[in-house]
Amino acid sequence: MSESDGPSPAAAPALADGLLHWNLPRGVTSTSQQVYAMHMMVTWVSALVAIVVFAAVLWTVVRYRRSRGAVPAGFSGHLGLEVIWTLVPALVLIGMAIPTTRVLLDINRSGSAAVTVRVTGSQWKWHYAYPDLGIGFYSNLKDDSREASRKGSNRSPQTVPHYLSDVDRPLVLPTGLDVRLQIASDDVIHSWWVPELGFKRDAIPGFINLMDFVIDSPGIYRGQCAELCGVGHAYMPIVVQAVAPDAFKTWALAEQQRQAALRSESAARPWTMAEALTQGQATYEAICAACHQKDGQGLPGAFPALKGSKVVAGPIAEHIRLVVHGSPKNPVMRAFGKEMDDRQLAGLITYERNAWGNNTGDLATPEQVEAAR
Amino acid sequence: MSEANGRTVMGPAPAGASHGRPRGLWGWLVTTNHKDIGTLYLVLSLVMLFAGGLLALLIRAELFQPGLQLMQPELYNSMVTMHGLTMIFLVIMPALVGLANWQIPLMIGAPDMALPRINNWSFWLLPFAALLLWGGLLLPRGGPDAGWTFYAPLSSTFGPPSMDFMIFAIHLMGVSSVMGAINIVATIVNLRAPGMRLIAMPLFVWTWLITAFLLLLAMPVLAGVATMVLTDRHFGTSFFNAAGGGDPVLFQHVFWFFGHPEVYIMILPAFGVVSEIIPAFSRKPLFGRESMILAVVAIAFLSAIVWAHHMFTVGMPVSGQLFFMYATVVIAIPTAIKVFNWIATMWQGSLSFETPMLWAIGFVCLFTVGGLSGVMLANVPADYQYQDTYFVVAHLHYVLVTGSLFAIVAAIYFWLPKWTGHRYDERLGKLHFWLSAVSVNLAFFPMHFAGLAGMPRRVPDYALQLADFNLVSSIGAFVFGLAQLVFLWVVVQTIRGGEPAGSRPWDGARGLEWTLPSPPPYHSFATPPSLEVVMAEGPTDHGTAAQT
Amino acid sequence: MSEVPYYVPPPSPWPPLTALGLALMLGGLAHVLHQGHWLPMAAGALILIYAIVRWFGAVIGETQAGVYNAQADRTFRIGMAWFIFSEVLFFAGFFGALFYLREFSVPWLGGYGAKGAAHLLWPDFVSQWPLLEMPRSADFRVPRAAMGPMGIPAINTAILLLSGLTVTLALWALKRDARRPLTAWLVATIALGATFIALQVHEYLYAYQELGLTLRSGVYGSTFFMLTGFHGLHVTLGVIMLLAILGRVLKGHFTPREHFGFEAVALYWHFVDVVWLGLYLFVYWI
Repeated sequence: MSESDGPSPAAAPALADGLLHWNLPRGVTSTSQQVYAMHMMVTWVSALVAIVVFAAVLWTVVRYRRSRGAVPAGFSGHLGLEVIWTLVPALVLIGMAIPTTRVLLDINRSGSAAVTVRVTGSQWKWHYAYPDLGIGFYSNLKDDSREASRKGSNRSPQTVPHYLSDVDRPLVLPTGLDVRLQIASDDVIHSWWVPELGFKRDAIPGFINLMDFVIDSPGIYRGQCAELCGVGHAYMPIVVQAVAPDAFKTWALAEQQRQAALRSESAARPWTMAEALTQGQATYEAICAACHQKDGQGLPGAFPALKGSKVVAGPIAEHIRLVVHGSPKNPVMRAFGKEMDDRQLAGLITYERNAWGNNTGDLATPEQVEAAR
Repeated sequence: MSEANGRTVMGPAPAGASHGRPRGLWGWLVTTNHKDIGTLYLVLSLVMLFAGGLLALLIRAELFQPGLQLMQPELYNSMVTMHGLTMIFLVIMPALVGLANWQIPLMIGAPDMALPRINNWSFWLLPFAALLLWGGLLLPRGGPDAGWTFYAPLSSTFGPPSMDFMIFAIHLMGVSSVMGAINIVATIVNLRAPGMRLIAMPLFVWTWLITAFLLLLAMPVLAGVATMVLTDRHFGTSFFNAAGGGDPVLFQHVFWFFGHPEVYIMILPAFGVVSEIIPAFSRKPLFGRESMILAVVAIAFLSAIVWAHHMFTVGMPVSGQLFFMYATVVIAIPTAIKVFNWIATMWQGSLSFETPMLWAIGFVCLFTVGGLSGVMLANVPADYQYQDTYFVVAHLHYVLVTGSLFAIVAAIYFWLPKWTGHRYDERLGKLHFWLSAVSVNLAFFPMHFAGLAGMPRRVPDYALQLADFNLVSSIGAFVFGLAQLVFLWVVVQTIRGGEPAGSRPWDGARGLEWTLPSPPPYHSFATPPSLEVVMAEGPTDHGTAAQT
Repeated sequence: MSEVPYYVPPPSPWPPLTALGLALMLGGLAHVLHQGHWLPMAAGALILIYAIVRWFGAVIGETQAGVYNAQADRTFRIGMAWFIFSEVLFFAGFFGALFYLREFSVPWLGGYGAKGAAHLLWPDFVSQWPLLEMPRSADFRVPRAAMGPMGIPAINTAILLLSGLTVTLALWALKRDARRPLTAWLVATIALGATFIALQVHEYLYAYQELGLTLRSGVYGSTFFMLTGFHGLHVTLGVIMLLAILGRVLKGHFTPREHFGFEAVALYWHFVDVVWLGLYLFVYWI
């Protein structure tokens, strides 16, 4: 376990929120520990330099006051002194550059990638996919935080455990194994940052950034998006749940089975209103609620409400087209046809047309969606 | 270099015109006088300081406690964006150009700026740019909201309509800066009083000469990258779109090729101001003139090859990260030389602590804090944690507020008696300094810790463990904001009247500006100062050899 | 020379009017981009042109009146030189972008180099330059072929180089006070410049209509049209400036000793020339 100055969130997750952290965590990867060492090195050197400068200034302003009768000396230069305060900083900087270079090369070294996760930033949630395991899911800000964070909310942030730092589904990673993240983005630039892991990496749309690391100890590690990515920038936290390799295997197997079962079950079930609504609600809450909100009210000025919306109450073909192809006017409403299959979209659209008092009674079918593609 | 020309004449205008500009608003619109235009720049800067400051206080009010109290996140994002753009392009830069306009002709013994009409044009582009920028707040989807750095594709594909107005505002401000820089270079190179050698120029003039080159280097590139965003938005180009072979990171490379020199554009003239003030109140010549000048040249050169240190987390090849780290830390050396030379100037001096000196000493101490956090940020592994957090916000405010802004305020207290002919209220000036110096630290120092504790930049809301830092920062920010009302009061009172300043209100001050009456005549040096005056007011050693 | 003191112009309405015109034109353009009316933009352009003409008119009048001494002449030269420096940097931004796209982003997207992992997102994309197949071609206008260095671009290179020569010959003629050759070489320069523009327009039409190469053709089309387009804009501006100079020559302006305006335009024309050589090398040839 880390022996950092702050309490470890893994050991005392409930306590962590209430206490003041003053410093970076030492973290739970060799990356984070080396980064911490570099951070402490530059901090101490900076503090020392600051003390020297402040002491010199203090000495001059106390000692050489005109009010104390100080008489100005006439000198305006001294080669030796200037050489000294050119060389000394240079030596200090070289002294710091050597270990820094070593650390930098080390933390950018590739590992064996025993577990690979594709991390995809998406306005405003993260998607985690394990390509080798066939698992994938969205990770959204928890509802209680979302509710308390709203302007004029009745719920105080103080009453929410891990306010703005908790998600519905954490990223599960094994300890002791080489993990490789492939960090990507669906829309704008995001940045995946978990301080306890010791780094952040930007998620660049159209590109993949790799980061390799090994987590030393099990625990819950929290972070969030660090690059301004639009309205919901503050609302896309990251939670990493590190578990022992055996537990990871068990989790992965269970997750594979669960997702497979969901797929086959739902594919086998007839397309009924009840089926569509159940599926649609799950899809809506994972993907759409980040903007349009769980209650369909949207956010005034930024995201239109779906409750009582003209599109949702209007012709179903228009509604399907908007979701499949995106809004021609506003790029934030992107084309979801690329990301979801026909059943998911049909369920989603059915849910939107029947939830929150939108009682159109319409049942969108996978065939309708396919036709709109 | 300079021609020994006799007098200055007005153009073929009616004789009455030579007594000054036409009266009223029209006069300010058409003036070609460097002092009028300097005043216009400074007034615009002061107005925008309060506008941008209001945004800062709205931001700090929202961050006072967790949860959203005042505004929705989209409004918050445009507040952050407008605050940054306003403070950089409409406060710090115009203030420095205003100081250049007022002071450079006075300090080199010139009748005016070299290109007076271009000078007028440079200024009047700015209010229009401000209008385009701020007008965006009224458009559908609100003001520009991608941060002052307007990274693509948040600004390109995803930006609101106001982004186009912001882009054109940037073009206007770019033209203004380029024209201003050309004018300053021409003035300094060509209009010095006979006998004033380059090496003997006051440090403020030197720093502005270097800054003007940086402006000419950086601003056109900013115009280029803003144009690329515009064409990506409307004309189907794909510079920043991977689907067409582009790269969002390309935006950052081109932007920071402008952006890093821009940082030094905002600090080098501040160095110059402090290098004028500290010797005046130490009653001792500036220590190591030549190395001070060389240090500025070195910093300017290095500033053009360090841009990607703003981008250590974009996934650059490691060789690139190493290069940009090394180049960046090297800047610490000339910067350290400057700081130590300022202290050595005070060493064994005869110090008095009038308001300008207080601000200058405040600058030396607090800019050092910003410089040191800069060295920390240059450490790539540590930057993997610092990048895009409040640690960066703390750093940039230490260099821009306690650096650039402190020096600008120092300069105004220093030269205001010269400009107006009146002494300002010394007690209020000191009050202004102490209020500001304490509150500014209260506002910005806790931000270092907030960043280390995990708070990203540009968020309207935050986790609960960050609440205490933010509370303190907000209180500090409000006190700092209110303290600037004292400044406004002092400046207005001094313009309206006060004890006569005399031609040299500071006994230790040297320089040609102090040989003129206060306020100086409309055409500053209608007759160039004589060689004796130039020599007497120049550096004691005329930059030839260090004397001990 | 120094009998005449340094000239400080009286208050002038043209600079602020120029600022107004430019701001109105650009703000108007942003307005048009959002389906607004074109009137403010057009008004801005007219004000801008009017103010610039009056401003330059005033300067020319002052020059003819002989108020500028040698020091003022040096100011103009310094100003022009650094203005061209800033223009060079404007193009440098676009050349830098071209370099980055060719050397980094396109190879990365195709699976090469330090960020080759990007290829996982675009498995079918093949890195090549000129880029004719984009990572997601469906979103773009896919060109049939790229622009080659032969044909029109080669002719245009010859034309511009030749025009650099003719403008120099004109300047030499001016310095000899040989007014007829001066006019002739100047007219020749303008004719060459106009031919260049005409051929460039022809090439653009060919690219759009025959090759399907447009601004929307991925980064190859983007860089091609932005670089050649901004260059073409500068050539057009240069021709307008040459025409203004020709007008002044015909009116008998400029002397063998005082002809800053002429030299400024010649310098600008050489700058346009040099940028073209860079373009020809990096956009068309390599």
